[in-house]
Amino acid sequence: MSTTEKKQDTYYESIIKNGFSRRDFIKFTAFMAAYLGYETSAVAQIATALKTTPRLPIIWEHYQECTCCSESFIRTNHPIVADIILDKVSLDYTLTLMAASGHQAEAAKKATMDKYKGEYILAVEGSVPMGEDGIYCCIAGKTALQQLQEAAAGAKAIIAWGSCASSGCVQSAKPNPTGATPIHKIITDKPIIRVPGCPPIGEVMAGVIVHVIAFGKLPELDRQGRPKAFYAKRVHDSCYRRPYFDAGLFVEEFDDESAKKGHCLYKVGCKGPVTYNSCGSIKWNNGVSYPIQSGHGCFGCSEDNFWDNGPIYERLTNVPGFGIEANADKVGMVAAGVVAGAAAGHAIASTMSKRKEHKGRVDSGKDIEKQVD
Amino acid sequence: MTTISHEYKRVFVWEVPVRIFHWVNFIAIIALIATGILIGNPPALMSGAEATNQYWFGINRFIHFAAGYIFTLNLVYRVFWSFMGNKYANWKVFFPFSKKRRKNMSHVLKSDILLQNLKNSSFSNISVGHNAVASFSYLIFFILILLQIATGFALYADNATWWFPKLFAWVIPLFGGDALVRLMHHIIMWFVIIFSIVHIYLVMYHDWLEGRGEVSSMFGGFKFVRKERVDIKKELND
Repeated sequence: MSTTEKKQDTYYESIIKNGFSRRDFIKFTAFMAAYLGYETSAVAQIATALKTTPRLPIIWEHYQECTCCSESFIRTNHPIVADIILDKVSLDYTLTLMAASGHQAEAAKKATMDKYKGEYILAVEGSVPMGEDGIYCCIAGKTALQQLQEAAAGAKAIIAWGSCASSGCVQSAKPNPTGATPIHKIITDKPIIRVPGCPPIGEVMAGVIVHVIAFGKLPELDRQGRPKAFYAKRVHDSCYRRPYFDAGLFVEEFDDESAKKGHCLYKVGCKGPVTYNSCGSIKWNNGVSYPIQSGHGCFGCSEDNFWDNGPIYERLTNVPGFGIEANADKVGMVAAGVVAGAAAGHAIASTMSKRKEHKGRVDSGKDIEKQVD
Repeated sequence: MTTISHEYKRVFVWEVPVRIFHWVNFIAIIALIATGILIGNPPALMSGAEATNQYWFGINRFIHFAAGYIFTLNLVYRVFWSFMGNKYANWKVFFPFSKKRRKNMSHVLKSDILLQNLKNSSFSNISVGHNAVASFSYLIFFILILLQIATGFALYADNATWWFPKLFAWVIPLFGGDALVRLMHHIIMWFVIIFSIVHIYLVMYHDWLEGRGEVSSMFGGFKFVRKERVDIKKELND
């Protein structure tokens, strides 16, 4: 907070002051460039930017969330990643990690918002309740909606961390009692990066921030506002178990032989084929593993409304309006059966109703038959 | 109404392109449904074998995608033909907007669906090409199929390198994600199955009742009309 008074250090200065060597710094830039999917020339670009750019003020808001995004963030696997975000990027306001509290904290936030109007990045973790005038989530006497609108007004861009902020996550699952709403449906006049996941991968979060710092603009986004570098591929298409899918070798039960052999989890409900994320390539917890590698199907946590997208351990999702147990195939089979039955009924009815008409034709046909040799 | 004889004349109804479309469509739909059901719920085939030695699910998906392309291009070809072909293939027959087609629709509903025995039936109620109910059902089916093509290629687009499937990439954000698009694709398949059951049954029904070559017309292209119908038209033209 005191940093807002004096000249801001550049990232490089802060990193060196923190005891890292230049070698560490260059390794870090190479590391980030690789994650962002850039070629080697970008390493120098990132390094130059971090040497010359003053630290970027970030206000990090927490609304309806569980802080798993923050937890994921502080577990990024390069020490400078954690340092640059937590120490070096001036996190001028974040409930979980800041030292100040109460009025002091609110004052610090106000100071940053005024001083860096139009320059700071607003990072939002959590959805905003819109029901009952937003009373389901209040901070410092204001509703989350008021807080968000105030903070967003002077922000250069908004990062919607995690599924809560980018799609509403579990609290917006049906029937959504608090009216939990993702950020992009409330703030429409600012650039918004959606970084879905429950939580998003720490390296992905670091990558997004480093991109903003190093290039002074948002990373390239897809149609759904997600950074292409991390959300362009399905988990399924980068999964190391994919060859088993193509070979048609599937786990049928979690305790069968196929499960032991590590076959594809498609039939036990893996949502990898419908989920866009980097889990298969970046993995989690310093690249140790990810759900599928640990033997559990993908949850689809980075997809919109994944809590309402059907059962976790089954392939077919429920057909809306047909009860809990009716999947598309069951409804389809019943419908096809009914239609086939109706056709059979129609056939029987027509032999009766059209008997005369048909008989007339058969009789005349028989007459002709007699005339043919 | 003139007196009805049992003499028939042969009409060329379905041109070669229409018949080719029909049977390519038939093969593609069967391939798509068979492989699609397998993709939706793959059976535990050869689960004891090593992955190195097999690729059946990959091949199954390849057939699905290839059949999808054939199906789509075949449909484009049929739309083209609806501007080039004879009056029975024309795009106009699929829209029940003319008075004649609306009348025919009510006749078919009464006579063939509700199985009423109508008196005073005139020749204009007896269809030579598609009857009005059938052609209208094809229009609805066509719209459903466009949705099926859009959802199918949208799911395929992400891995595609060609621009054509990528044309449909916007469908995914429209519905919020792959999961719902996949479910729609799956549900529409069942509509196709149900449509096929009704279609096959009604073709057999018409052939059984009317004996005008309903079934064989899709092989040889010919149907039969009463001689008087041709004579009346001739008189009108004279």
